[in-house]
Amino acid sequence: MSVSPDAVSPPRRSLLDRLGPRWAVLLLGAAVVLAILSTVRLITDSQALTSSGTAAAALRLAVPIGLAGLGGLYSERAGVVNIGLEGMMILGTWFGGWAGFEFGVWWGVAFGVLGGALGGLLHSIATVNFGVDHIVSGVAINILAAGVTRFLSVVVLTDLPGGGATQSPSVTGDIGSASVPVLAGGDIFGWRSPDVLGAIEDSGVFFFADLAGLLRGVLGGLSWLAVIALALVPFTWWFLWRTPIGLRLRSVGENPYAAESLGVRVYTMKHLGVIVSGALAGLGGVFLVVESAGIYKEGQTAGRGFIGLAAMIFGNWKPTGTAMGAGVFGFADALQLRSNDAVHGLLLFIALLAALGVFGFLIRRRLTPAGIMALMGGGFLLWFLQTDSVPNEFIAMTPYVVTLLVLAFATQRLRMPAADGLQYRKGESG
Amino acid sequence: MSKWRRLLLVNLTAPVAALVFAFAVSSIALLISGNSPITAFARMWEFGTRLDSIVSMVNKAVPLYLSALAVAIGFKMGLFNIGVEGQYRLAAVVAAAAGAAVTLPAPLHILLIIAVAMAVGGVWSGIAGLLKVTRGVHEVISTIMLNFIAFNLGAYLFSNYFRERAEEGGAGVQIPKTPEIPESGRFPSLNPLVEAFGFELRPGLSLQGFVIIAIIVGILYWLVVNRTRFGFDLRASGINAPAAQASGVNAKRMVVRAMVLSGAVAGLVGLSPLLGFFYRYTLDFETGLGFTGIAVALLGRNHPAGMALGALLFGFLSRSSQILDLEGIPPEVVVIVQGVVVLSVVVAYEVVERMVRRQEARAASQVMGDQPQGPAPAEAAT
Repeated sequence: MSVSPDAVSPPRRSLLDRLGPRWAVLLLGAAVVLAILSTVRLITDSQALTSSGTAAAALRLAVPIGLAGLGGLYSERAGVVNIGLEGMMILGTWFGGWAGFEFGVWWGVAFGVLGGALGGLLHSIATVNFGVDHIVSGVAINILAAGVTRFLSVVVLTDLPGGGATQSPSVTGDIGSASVPVLAGGDIFGWRSPDVLGAIEDSGVFFFADLAGLLRGVLGGLSWLAVIALALVPFTWWFLWRTPIGLRLRSVGENPYAAESLGVRVYTMKHLGVIVSGALAGLGGVFLVVESAGIYKEGQTAGRGFIGLAAMIFGNWKPTGTAMGAGVFGFADALQLRSNDAVHGLLLFIALLAALGVFGFLIRRRLTPAGIMALMGGGFLLWFLQTDSVPNEFIAMTPYVVTLLVLAFATQRLRMPAADGLQYRKGESG
Repeated sequence: MSKWRRLLLVNLTAPVAALVFAFAVSSIALLISGNSPITAFARMWEFGTRLDSIVSMVNKAVPLYLSALAVAIGFKMGLFNIGVEGQYRLAAVVAAAAGAAVTLPAPLHILLIIAVAMAVGGVWSGIAGLLKVTRGVHEVISTIMLNFIAFNLGAYLFSNYFRERAEEGGAGVQIPKTPEIPESGRFPSLNPLVEAFGFELRPGLSLQGFVIIAIIVGILYWLVVNRTRFGFDLRASGINAPAAQASGVNAKRMVVRAMVLSGAVAGLVGLSPLLGFFYRYTLDFETGLGFTGIAVALLGRNHPAGMALGALLFGFLSRSSQILDLEGIPPEVVVIVQGVVVLSVVVAYEVVERMVRRQEARAASQVMGDQPQGPAPAEAAT
């Protein structure tokens, strides 16, 4: 069969591949990006750019996006396009908020996941068994989820103390959080360990303070739900790329008829992928309820299901890429919340990044892209110099613009599952 | 089975079955919440068939119908324009600002506003078309992204350039809104027509004249799709793109044209409430019409008359549900009806079509006689 775990990535060697092993290149890239961020911080004197507070907020904002994105990954790897992520997330927020108030926070998590999975089940029955167009079903689920939750709110939540037609009472109980000892000042059996990263962050030294700040934000005061979400990224990779069932699920998304001929239960795999997809989107919804607001609020998801989809595409239908995409979008969001100065600094950051790109293109003597890049970078530099704030609306649209740009200019590098979105009927291959 | 009987069977059975199912589901929801579905639907029918309600239903149906037409233009050629939502909202805010900024003689003023709205909508969805043909970006993804960019761009333009500044230095809360469109830019109502038939409307209510535009666009849609070269190319590309291309249709140009046209019609969606009722864009301008339009297009199967019925049905539901509040029944139950109907109608079309196909295969095999060779006809047909 043509679908083996490694046949997926084409053996095209680019400049980046020749630099060394993949992880080393990634690490180097991250270091360069961080160095530029640090430079910007020193130039603009906006400490919020890489502070632990920003990093923590970025993580909190990135987790729901990332969970929705991972959800999309399971579904699309099984060949079902899932536009309904937003609706499944909405179901997650409602059931999470309601059960979180009635039975406590962990029940809220469980019900939210179930609610999302229910949305996924609906999507998979419609698309897999009834052969409904994936996009149509997804759109319908988004409309339906909004309607059902509104109705449920009016019927159920209005009678609860502190609840109303558009919101639930506060979730009871606490998820609990932990800090990593020694590094981020967590406790070990009641002994307050030193906060090494915090000390480095406060020193303000170029590069190291920024690294420490970002790490400390992610390692300190980490909610257990966030820990679970983070663990789901490597788990997803392991599950989809290193287990037999994962291989079957992906084979269904690449070539269902070939999979069928090898005895894979295509319908089962598709159902599995889409239901898990809904469950993860639901978990993302619960995270919003439990970690951000403490209650269910109508419209709480604010299109995060769609940003998750964007993150997944940005991440090339892979778990680590999806997580990175979610991280970038969450970071932009966090800066917007915490400090407009820092966002303004981001303009300089983009300009410097573009300068690096120009340099890269010049080395390879590709003059046209270098020129375009230089023009873009110059534009951002001018924007940075001419203004002293960035309108919030522009930051809010960043994830979508970035995704469009990635789709428009990196299509050769993107590879979606071959049979994604296609109709499959059992026994049709002849 | 004759062609007509088959058409009737598919196009009538499916939506009716879906509606019955949707009402059944919402009845269960009502029962569980301790309300009587019979009281609810009886009250809705009684209230919804009053004259005022019918006028209001038509007013609500107009933007939905235009939105469905916009979606259907894309559907006809196999394109999924999810971006109607963003296109109409951006178009509405720009058109409101443009309409308030100029003063022209009445017909010109209205035409200018319509032109601006159509241009904004067309350009915005044209981006998706261009991205598709030049960079291979799928229009579903790009229109979703463009939706959110449009919301934010619209909000930015609104709060920084278009909104009315507090002048007289008056204190107090001022609701953000664009300046009012002068009399010459407003679409006349059809109240004289209603009164000519001897009916009396309650004050404050008017039958919006934009319904005429919707009807014209619906007829144009039918003519263009079924009676022109462009429409033929459009449908041919939708049914079999490689075959259309082989017969000389420029596929890329068709994609861009279809998207621009779809967006231009989407630009009209917000104009009915804008020019007929509000005369200005405010923060609580109706949202979601683009997504509901997809539902209406699916319900009406892209047929101008079918979509008109679908739009009227949705208008009826949202109007007649207002009475439920007085009965202590949550009016939100109609949102369930709408949501369920969308999903069940596509399932129903699929199921009915499979049934008809199987029946035809069986009929065909009977006509052919009992020839021993050949595969089981029912299987071969699916």
